Amino acid sequence: MNTPATSRPPIGARRIHPADTSFRISLHAAGALVIIVLLSILAIMFIGGKQAFDTFGLGFIWGTEWNPVTQIYGALPAITGTLATAVLALCIAWPIGFGIAFFLTEICPERLRGPLGVAVELLAAVPSIVYGMWGFFVLAPFMSEYVQPWLTAVFIWIPPIGDSFFWFTAPPIGVGMLTAALILAVMILPFIAATTRDVMLSTPQLLKDGAYAMGATRWEALTGVVVPAVRGSLFGAVFLGLGRALGETMAVVFVIGNAIRMPDSLMAPSATIASVVANSFPEAEPGTLDLAVLLGLGFILFVVSFGVLAVARILLRQERMS
Amino acid sequence: MKQLTAASRARYFRRQLVDRMMGGLCVLAAAIGLVLLGLILWMLFSNGIGGLSLAVFTEPMAQPEAGGGLANAIVGSLMQVGLGAMLGAPAGMMVGVYLSEVGKESRFASVVRFVNDILLSAPSVLIGLFVYQIAVAPFGGFSGIAGALSLAIIAMPIVARTTEDILRLVPQAYRDGAIALGSRENEVVRKVVLPAAFGGILTGILLAVARIAGETAPLLFTSLGNTNWSLDMTQPMASLPIAIYRYAGSPYQEWVDLAWTGAMLITVGVLLLNILSRFSHAAVAGKQGG
Repeated sequence: MNTPATSRPPIGARRIHPADTSFRISLHAAGALVIIVLLSILAIMFIGGKQAFDTFGLGFIWGTEWNPVTQIYGALPAITGTLATAVLALCIAWPIGFGIAFFLTEICPERLRGPLGVAVELLAAVPSIVYGMWGFFVLAPFMSEYVQPWLTAVFIWIPPIGDSFFWFTAPPIGVGMLTAALILAVMILPFIAATTRDVMLSTPQLLKDGAYAMGATRWEALTGVVVPAVRGSLFGAVFLGLGRALGETMAVVFVIGNAIRMPDSLMAPSATIASVVANSFPEAEPGTLDLAVLLGLGFILFVVSFGVLAVARILLRQERMS
Repeated sequence: MKQLTAASRARYFRRQLVDRMMGGLCVLAAAIGLVLLGLILWMLFSNGIGGLSLAVFTEPMAQPEAGGGLANAIVGSLMQVGLGAMLGAPAGMMVGVYLSEVGKESRFASVVRFVNDILLSAPSVLIGLFVYQIAVAPFGGFSGIAGALSLAIIAMPIVARTTEDILRLVPQAYRDGAIALGSRENEVVRKVVLPAAFGGILTGILLAVARIAGETAPLLFTSLGNTNWSLDMTQPMASLPIAIYRYAGSPYQEWVDLAWTGAMLITVGVLLLNILSRFSHAAVAGKQGG
């Protein structure tokens, strides 16, 4: 925030020229457009999905059955899949991303910092469909061939949670929540690393120098000075990553398996809200309950992401990272 | 100076050990990340480079074993991204100018800034669904225009954000100087502030173009895709991401190969745009003396 502290407009107390009036009006209109877009997305989703909310009531959110034939739609399987894959992805990506950020700010030789930082930022720009393809053709076969049989063998002793939630027991077909979470993790990794690095760099050098002058090691300077100084923004970066993972479509749709039922294993085919919307859309005719259900799902996803992103922005407000 | 006791020496070694261990783990994390991401790019190129031929750029999509390319998808992508940027970039620039030059810290501007930041990371699949409801369903058909509209909505907040950030870097003295010479507010912005920030704004637009060029999900709901050669933007229109999506899931090896080639093309394009945007930024920053 480097605006000057003056609160008066740059023109001072002069009478405003007509050209400036129209200039101001058009700029205000542009600002209003941003708010109008957001509100109309919310409104259109809600109005379009109203039929679904009317038909099923709150059961639309809590219903566990999804059956296009009998026209019974409950969103809980998709909501569960969305939250589970996104949170799991974050649990995998955050420690690695944090490590990369610390590496880039303190450990890496000066000369490599620039190029490696740029490489991380470039990888954050790779379109998500590329990650989806990689997941489909490379990761999923690898999972079914090696990782999943191994996981099943190792974790066979974990007791079921609830009715039938065996974490790692399912036919090793490669697609499912675990594979989707891994792809999401790989996709948000450069993003989290880049944002966390920017947050770490925003710590004043004087603070760090102070810690080093007291004899702190690099790790102590990080945990004792840098992290406390930018704790809010670090959480903000995490929430931004979560927001990305929640709404991601193309990376997930290839590897989730698209089975809309309550997930009973991390390895079984599942679905997320975004994957359901993308997959079921071609069969949903305008004006039918099918389409209303998708818009209702969209409304739920929008509200959830709005909440997550709003928290992220409030936490990041001090530094205003992207 | 006090002699180091055995206990403090032990503590010193323990602290050093923790530092080394955590540092080592971070190096490991960086190695994992780089290897993983290197692996993805390598797979992309090793699978995509083989299918690269002139036909990819000159032939439209065709049935398997009919020697089709991706020409209609590439042209469709260029047209939709072009129109999307033409709609989204000016709107985004105006929002950025509003936030930086007029709204500043006012309450309305704070709300606009907050909402813009939310839109910046809103799920793109929902923007596609939104545009489907307002521009496809009421007008009875998927169209390239609807595709471009959804891309414009994604591009606008990106350009708004970068424009505001870059305008804030323009020294206040520039504005004061222009005002002292009797310039009106709109002249200050148009003739002094915007030209000074031109390179930075261009950076933002290039980044936005790079972002929307790879967007797939919104186009599923808006321009749908088209396997035929079509330049009519009121009709369903092919695009590279949709072509990749359809071909990657197909059972024909020839189509899968084309999908890899398309994915490689789009990645190269997006990365080049990103690198280009860095240069335009660096060039201007250099001209202004840092």
